Amino acid sequence: MSSTIVVAHDGSDSAERAMAFAVDRAKAIGGSIIVAHVLEWSPYSFLTPAELEERHVRRKQELERAETALLGPVLKAHAQSGVPVSSEIRYGHVTETLLKIAKDADAIQIVIGRKGAGSFADRFFGSVAGSLVQTCPVPLTIVP
Amino acid sequence: MKDLIRKLPLPAALAALCATPALSQSLDETINGVFAASTGWFVSLIFAPIPGTSFPWIVAWLVIGATIFSVYFGFVQFRVLGHSIGLVKGDYSDPNDAGEVSHFQALATALSGTVGLGNIAGVAVAVGIGGPGATFWMILAGLLGMASKFTECTLAVKYRNEYPDGRVSGGPMYYMTKGFAARGVGGGKILAVVFAVFTILGSFGGGNMFQANQAHAQLTNVFGDFPGFITGIVFAAIVFAVIVGGIKSIAQVTEKVVPFMGVLYVGTALIILLMNFDMIGWAFGQIFAGAFTGLGVAGGMAGALIQGFKRAAFSNEAGVGSAAIAHSAVRTKEPITEGFVALLEPFIDTVVICTMTALVIIITGQLVADPATGLYIVGEGGAIQTVDGNSGVALTSAAFSQSIPFFRYILVVAVILFAFSTMISWSYYGLKAWTFLFGEGKTTELVFKLIFCFFVIVGAAASLGPVIDFSDAAIFAMAVCNISALYVLMPIVKAEMDSYLSRLKSGEIRKFA
Repeated sequence: MSSTIVVAHDGSDSAERAMAFAVDRAKAIGGSIIVAHVLEWSPYSFLTPAELEERHVRRKQELERAETALLGPVLKAHAQSGVPVSSEIRYGHVTETLLKIAKDADAIQIVIGRKGAGSFADRFFGSVAGSLVQTCPVPLTIVP
Repeated sequence: MKDLIRKLPLPAALAALCATPALSQSLDETINGVFAASTGWFVSLIFAPIPGTSFPWIVAWLVIGATIFSVYFGFVQFRVLGHSIGLVKGDYSDPNDAGEVSHFQALATALSGTVGLGNIAGVAVAVGIGGPGATFWMILAGLLGMASKFTECTLAVKYRNEYPDGRVSGGPMYYMTKGFAARGVGGGKILAVVFAVFTILGSFGGGNMFQANQAHAQLTNVFGDFPGFITGIVFAAIVFAVIVGGIKSIAQVTEKVVPFMGVLYVGTALIILLMNFDMIGWAFGQIFAGAFTGLGVAGGMAGALIQGFKRAAFSNEAGVGSAAIAHSAVRTKEPITEGFVALLEPFIDTVVICTMTALVIIITGQLVADPATGLYIVGEGGAIQTVDGNSGVALTSAAFSQSIPFFRYILVVAVILFAFSTMISWSYYGLKAWTFLFGEGKTTELVFKLIFCFFVIVGAAASLGPVIDFSDAAIFAMAVCNISALYVLMPIVKAEMDSYLSRLKSGEIRKFA
């Protein structure tokens, strides 16, 4: 019986609070956690020719940065918690991609923080929380 | 024709701005004279008529090429349109490749390089000399050109270079060298070098000077006459900031605004056509009649045909090989899919946007016809007489403004943005050719970029005639090399296409849910 909880993480303090909350929940039910980080991306954006040329390199760099600087420390911090934690980094529309990750993992719950830091985080937790509330097919917890 | 755009009155305000207007005008004339003298031989060579006719061999070369590709690939441009749109929508893209260059992005970038002044000013030149009939030949050339574009972009993806650091470089230079080697045909390397030289010239001509020239023409048309080198210096400074200074924000803003300007342009054209609904039938009558009789234009039917084919090729660049450089960055396992996507480009560019411009010019009655005979009145230099004596971009501006007076201001913004985005794209194409010849490196790249900026100034200062001739000549010279290479390599594309289409039919290739 899968009891996976998906936590959306952007490296902010509130995301970390959401993470702590999810770890407690998972411990209580004997479940596991997927820490998800979504890089905002639209295949319909417009790029210059020079950007096209470098896109593949940039993507590699962005993924690497997300892996080592962002999710790496999170995984490390919760390694001793006794809860199995794995990570997932994807490109796409943030809300849609989070739902996709939850669906693929057959998750029972999504946990997000309410307020992030910086402009990206604002977008992340501004509209994302709102649209997740509207569309999430599994229980959604928003940690303040 | 060439001096018409300069005959507008010089407003006192601008005269005061230019401390020595007489000197600056003579500087323009000097640049003009030197330019015409130094490029004339090249232009005559490229546009030499087929012996015994008035038909330039280069136009025949392009059209015959496009026709051969159309027939060889079984009119692929009409068979796969639905699938092409599915590819652009991303129906067949692997979700795990999110974050990589999508089909849509490659197409959009290539389009912002081709949709430019060719669509606004070039069409006005075609209709202004070749009459309404030129439109018919332009559309036909656009439809056939889809097959050329399909061939070159498939090859560009198939034979691109992927460097260890993950950057990709592609284009005709690469398929000429690698593709010829794969087929065991010699001469690929030499052809690639010649192509690269012409690409550099093309990037200075059609991709640069023509754009600066027509942007300046539209500025003087709306705001009164002032010396071209002023526009040139401002443009050159902005281009310099982007390509040398690495100020990406300017290019990024342009890339985002240009598509909206494109939609606005086509939308406005549609509104004007609807306002003149009753004239549409007449306009198409003129287009068909003009296509086969010429309706009195210089050179008759052949004149209309040459103008239509020339401007279509110049606008959509099918067979030229330029857009193949932009298309090659797409992330796909099947090179042929980029060919399917790329063939939409001449359709959007020529069959839709150019036709809109032509229809608006015809419907708003810019071209003066003799009421008794219905034939157009040809003035000196072979151009049809227009209501206000306009040519080039000024003619398009007059046509649009007649129905929507403030549109000329919107058109100024559109023209400048289109010109700018085309320059940015072509600076990249030229740079790729340059580094192919001279190797990559900060200094060699800087040299190219500085020369490029210099030609922006020359282009804005020179008058339309010599600039448009040289622009055409350089771009068509690219097509000589590129289409030759496509003939050699087309069996490779054919094999790819047959394999892909059979797998698509069998269901092996299907949409990602």
